[in-house]
Amino acid sequence: MTETTQQTSETRRMLSEFWFYFSENRGAVIGLCVFMALVVIAIFAPLLAPHSPTVQNRDAFLVPPVWQEGGMSSFLLGTDAVGRDILSRLIFGARQSLVIGIVVVTIALFGGIILGLIAGFFGGWVDTVIMRVMDVILAFPSLLLALVMVAILGPGLMNAMIAIAIVLQPHFARLTRAAVMTERNKEYVMAARVAGAGRLRLMFKTILPNCLAPLIVQGTLSFSNAVLDAAALGFLGMGAQPPTPEWGTMLAEAREFILRAWWVVTFPGLAILVTVLAINLVGDGLRDALDPKLKRS
Amino acid sequence: MIRFLLGRFAYLVPTFIGITIVAFGFVRLLPGDPVLLMAGERGISPERHAQLTEQLGYDRPIWVQYFEFVGNLFQGDFGNSLSTKKPVLDEFLTLFPATIELGLIAILIATLVGIPLGVFAAIKRGSVFDQVSMGAALVGYSMPIFWWGLLLIIFFSGILGWTPVSGRIDLLYFFPNGTGFMLWDSLASGQSGAFTSAVRHLILPSIVLATIPMAVIARQSRSAMLEVLSEDYVRTARAKGMSPFRVVGIHALRNALIPVITTIGLQIGVLMAGAILTETIFSWPGIGKWMIDSISRRDYPSVQGGLLLMAGVVMIVNLIVDLLYGVINPRIRHK
Repeated sequence: MTETTQQTSETRRMLSEFWFYFSENRGAVIGLCVFMALVVIAIFAPLLAPHSPTVQNRDAFLVPPVWQEGGMSSFLLGTDAVGRDILSRLIFGARQSLVIGIVVVTIALFGGIILGLIAGFFGGWVDTVIMRVMDVILAFPSLLLALVMVAILGPGLMNAMIAIAIVLQPHFARLTRAAVMTERNKEYVMAARVAGAGRLRLMFKTILPNCLAPLIVQGTLSFSNAVLDAAALGFLGMGAQPPTPEWGTMLAEAREFILRAWWVVTFPGLAILVTVLAINLVGDGLRDALDPKLKRS
Repeated sequence: MIRFLLGRFAYLVPTFIGITIVAFGFVRLLPGDPVLLMAGERGISPERHAQLTEQLGYDRPIWVQYFEFVGNLFQGDFGNSLSTKKPVLDEFLTLFPATIELGLIAILIATLVGIPLGVFAAIKRGSVFDQVSMGAALVGYSMPIFWWGLLLIIFFSGILGWTPVSGRIDLLYFFPNGTGFMLWDSLASGQSGAFTSAVRHLILPSIVLATIPMAVIARQSRSAMLEVLSEDYVRTARAKGMSPFRVVGIHALRNALIPVITTIGLQIGVLMAGAILTETIFSWPGIGKWMIDSISRRDYPSVQGGLLLMAGVVMIVNLIVDLLYGVINPRIRHK
């Protein structure tokens, strides 16, 4: 009983310390607020969107935004070439981007952690084989490898997510391995080993929690990378397929109208930029708050 | 030094084998029969199917096929393109100068803007300049470059009419025996206006391609510079009464640049990926656009060869950067 209370108060102290350092970084707090807003928008998309994201209004093709001449008040950010409301598509697009980020980071994180733990913990030829495979993946330009994988698996959002996760995964494996190798011979691990902890317990309960800080930072960076790469694949026609309201796919559909209707191009890209920027700001803040080396200076 | 060189080369061998396995496995991993896949939707007669299967060697054991594939690679045979029937290597080499030109100019812009930006931000830490430039760097780092390219086209080509929308040079100019490097060819041809035209075509794509590397280099230069500025030897130099210019420009900068050079080298992979998007937007006839076209045409030998060659280029550039790093930083060389 007292042990658990002690543990919770310890966790609370660590969290409050973390928040102290994180909140000192104004950009990170702004990024976090924007990100939270995006999450809310994504969750309540059907309530917030004024129109359906896929319904085509035949009497409203390429209507400009409301503040421009010819704009209509029912289409705040205008409509695209087949008369769909851009604002509604952007709101639903937030769902796609967040799901992409979450799925990709989850797959990459789990895969990378397990491979990194195995490589770092066992060493020897197991380590060599795993790390050489990671080197091979990293030798290809990431977008190119993802593209070719999607070409094999067939275009679509799910395959794009898998491909991006595979491409991002070596970073996690490398980080975990490096962290495990420095932690492996420390006294607390020895103590646990002497006390009779099994291999799995040593790997996941003793060592892993002490390697988490760099993984969290890398996870945020990968989240923004995933959003960017998925949008790029969508733009190249290899990601989410029309009429899915994915931001990159929206840009691809808008390409031929760039010189006639600036709004169909500008807003989806702006949405991608704002999302990625917010996540990167949070990532910078996390790095500063979790990196003990920077904390001291 | 020789041991260092050999070590680096030895390190590449397993990676090279891995790359060939990935590129070889690519066509095999496609679900279904490769010959049918390459035939596409037109279909193919059974006789032609059998003939092609034998001709392409798909009826032999997989490991025989793999060793033959690698053996051919060493003889410069990357297979033939399905759409043009020409050797993949020839197609690649014809288009590669366009990508090199674009990439070189982009990395030049990124370095020439990124390093000073990061260095000054570090010297004036906490100032308005620091905050604005690092804010801009973060925006650049987060930029979906395919959108950034479209925006620049809307503004500079659409509204202002300053730059062309696509291509490498006006159709008026043609250099039959050119090197493929448009800046050089246009200058060497002596035709009036050719060089200006080439520059005008190059400017937007290279800015777009430079954006992310520039941001990364600026951020890296700043943090490297900050680290060096807090070193003892910089303090000693200051204490000796050296001018701030000498302290920063000679003592600090030279040491700060070492990690930055690695960063620049690592951007080559980013550039290759960026080239795919940039070349698609600007219809730039380089290998990035060629890869995308090959993928959509289901020209699998081209995709396979392109994948291999692009990875090879990245690998070689990284090796050169590694070696360069050893030359600049004696601590690495003697380890």
